Amino acid sequence: MNAFEYTFLIPFVPLLGFLIIIFNFNRFPKKLTAVLATGFIGFTFVVSIYTAWQYFFQMGPVNGVYPKFIGFDFEWLKLGDHLSVHMGTLIDQASVMMLIVVTTVSLMVHIYSIGYMHDDRGFNRFFAFLQLFSFSMLSLVMATNVFQIYIFWELVGVSSFLLIGFYYEKPSAVAASKKAFIVTRFADLFFLLGILLLSFHVGTFDFISLTNPENFESFNLSGYALFGLSIPALALILIFIGGAGKSAMFPLHIWLPDAMEGPSPVSALIHAATMVVAGVYLVARLFANYALMAPEALALVGYVGAFTSLFAAVIAVTQIDFKRVLAFSTISQIGYMMAGLGVSHYGGEEGLGYMASMFHLFTHAMFKALLFLGAGAVIHAVHTNSIREMGGLRKYMKTTHITFLIATLAIAGFPGLSGFFSKDEIITAAYQSNPLVYYALLVVAGLTAFYMFRLYFLVFWNTEPHYHLKPHDPGKAMLIPLIILALLSILTGYIPFGQFISSDGQPLHTHLHLDMAVISTLVSFTGIALAWMLYKKPSDMPQRLIASASTLYRWAYNKFYIDEVYLFVTRNIIFAYISRPIAWFDRHIVDGTMNAIGWVTVTTSHKIKGLQSGQLQKYAFAFVSAVLVISALLVYYLLNN
Amino acid sequence: MMSITFHQAVFYFFSAIIVIFSILTVTSKRILRAATFLLFVLLGTAAFYFILNYAFMGALQITLYAGGIVVLIIFSILLTSHVGERFEPIGWGKMIASALVSLIGAGFTLYVLLNADFIPTQAPLPDASVKNIGTALLSYERNGFVLPFEVVSLLLLAAIVGAIVIARKEPHDTENPNNE
Amino acid sequence: MWQDITLQDVLIVSTLMFFSGVYGFLTRRNLITMLMSVELMLNAVNINFVAFNYFLHPENMHGMFFALFVVVIAAAEASVAIAIIIGIYRRFKSINIEDVSNMKY
Repeated sequence: MNAFEYTFLIPFVPLLGFLIIIFNFNRFPKKLTAVLATGFIGFTFVVSIYTAWQYFFQMGPVNGVYPKFIGFDFEWLKLGDHLSVHMGTLIDQASVMMLIVVTTVSLMVHIYSIGYMHDDRGFNRFFAFLQLFSFSMLSLVMATNVFQIYIFWELVGVSSFLLIGFYYEKPSAVAASKKAFIVTRFADLFFLLGILLLSFHVGTFDFISLTNPENFESFNLSGYALFGLSIPALALILIFIGGAGKSAMFPLHIWLPDAMEGPSPVSALIHAATMVVAGVYLVARLFANYALMAPEALALVGYVGAFTSLFAAVIAVTQIDFKRVLAFSTISQIGYMMAGLGVSHYGGEEGLGYMASMFHLFTHAMFKALLFLGAGAVIHAVHTNSIREMGGLRKYMKTTHITFLIATLAIAGFPGLSGFFSKDEIITAAYQSNPLVYYALLVVAGLTAFYMFRLYFLVFWNTEPHYHLKPHDPGKAMLIPLIILALLSILTGYIPFGQFISSDGQPLHTHLHLDMAVISTLVSFTGIALAWMLYKKPSDMPQRLIASASTLYRWAYNKFYIDEVYLFVTRNIIFAYISRPIAWFDRHIVDGTMNAIGWVTVTTSHKIKGLQSGQLQKYAFAFVSAVLVISALLVYYLLNN
Repeated sequence: MMSITFHQAVFYFFSAIIVIFSILTVTSKRILRAATFLLFVLLGTAAFYFILNYAFMGALQITLYAGGIVVLIIFSILLTSHVGERFEPIGWGKMIASALVSLIGAGFTLYVLLNADFIPTQAPLPDASVKNIGTALLSYERNGFVLPFEVVSLLLLAAIVGAIVIARKEPHDTENPNNE
Repeated sequence: MWQDITLQDVLIVSTLMFFSGVYGFLTRRNLITMLMSVELMLNAVNINFVAFNYFLHPENMHGMFFALFVVVIAAAEASVAIAIIIGIYRRFKSINIEDVSNMKY
């Protein structure tokens, strides 16, 4: 049927890698595993690049619109004559872009992990899980229908669970993995409800027909509404809650900072670049439905995104754990993307926000992966997560320093680097449609620059503590991905993204909005300058600032006590008033019934076991007597009839 | 008083033997005597077959039962008991209960029997010669018995093998006769 | 011939024989005498077969053949039963049925 049949290889090859490694993980030497896993993901990367080249350059837009293809498709589950679940690969602008993001970051992380995990006992297990994750994530982005995306949505959740809890001897890692799983699973419940509600009214799972605006007329969307919302709005909000769980939107963000218990490459791959943006991707997938069927749901997406972005940025300023700063930064940046989607409209110039959001997703994946990998290199060298015990590392880790600086500049929106371009587009889109979101995002831009440079200065400048071992740059396997990602962080900003990704498939001509650029640059320069003053050299200014705003600082430092609120709700309300009565009922009524049945049986058996005396003649006596009685009855019956 | 024919006299004689020795077989205190009484019962049964004109059946009864099974029983008695060993008396309760059940059963059966109307046949008596029986046993036509004949031959073979296997003395059993 | 003997006469004898066998089976403790009781019952049944055959359906001698096979099977049964009795005797040093009660609760 088409030229994209081969795309089934993209998820299939990592799956194969997972199966090969997991069934041999006690047997394979580390080198073999590394070569196999990296080779498989490298192959996938090459296929994805080829797919992108074929899709964007060889085929290009047809009549000015990028077409959508089903590359490969089979019926996976037949539920009836009218309903069946398919598995396949969908090739369109967003999925091809995500293919590149996922395979690039995954390949870099694989190479990096060869060095990072070198001395770890779980080396083979780690690579097997990485392959499993790559398989699930690639299948997720190429899902042809809502059901497929849901299945792989859960599967990336499982991979994430396995990798957060990778150091399963550490109680904190186990707790973090459980927390991540439970929170995202809780959100996925709403996702499932949304899917059911939407497909019940729309009558299809398939993305191509689901998101085609020409079909919207034919959808049966009448019906009662809940909370004054229309059916599509309710369904799409439910789906967004699922996406918010995966993408760590407020108030479901609590799992992501804890997820940093996993190894750093995992944080880079799953919890910065790919899985956590699945929520953004999901909203983008159904963007036509959001924008045209339920603008109120889309507005909610925008507000939640903007608020989360601001909220997480404030917390990030106060954190002292290296990876947690980055985690809150990730939450903040994903909020940015959500806000970008929220302020967008469908089609044409109005669709700038959509394109900007995808653009930011793309560039963010590169520089945030780089930041995490750099953080991994630093933690590897100094053996601590606390930035208070770091400082002055620029002298010891030159390459890491340079690449980290590039990534920090990129995320801060320094002109000329990738983050600058994508962030600028989002701010422009927000300015055009929603001033509230616009100001929030502008503040976040300044805060981002500030906390990222605070982190940078505290780690690479400032006072130098006494290191037991002199820190040094990591080995080649870790440096090469850092350098490649640094180059990508600079260069990806120059991709004319609107040419490739747009809300309605038509190429979008974008240009730099100079006034916006000047404003956002000024804001981020302010942040950088502030961080420079406060943290470049040791001083007591930060302490004095903290003292002057101690309440705000304490709240932000404790992440606004959201975790405590959750604990209170679960432990004091749900456990005490719902779970405990249910447990009582289960233990006493359900188990009691079962125990009673068992007790009656056992007691009866004890009472009547004497009948089984083993005395043959007693049995024979009973037998003969019974035969006589039965014969007598029979004869009596026959004589009387 | 009814006159009794010679035939009836013979029949009653053997009937009396069968009934009396049956009862003696199950009540005798000495096991070897019980076996001897059983032999008389079996011989009486053979006589019944002769009276009913089934000569082959009677011959079989004598050779197989009287000659085979009773000898087997006596051998096993000699293997497992002392000659002249007396049984311990049976408990009264058990005896009464068993006798009651047996008597009620017998009475019930006789009641049914004597109230039943058996219609005697007028058909000519069969020719129960050995030749006829042999032909019927190996005939595969209607009223032929070749299939049960063959099946029974297999059963006998299995019984021979089974008896040997069960009764064979296993070397380790002798040292530890009561191992659980 | 033998018209002066009726079916009932024969059946009465076999009935008495059968229930003596039942009584012996219920009261005897020695396994061999129990086996003898079983043989009594078998013989009573055999007499019934032959008598029914003779008095009611003499045509094809079905009853006689039935009795014939019963005799053969009884022989097989007796040989296996005695083998089992000898096995039990070797195991328990007794052939008293009350000592052989391992198959209980």
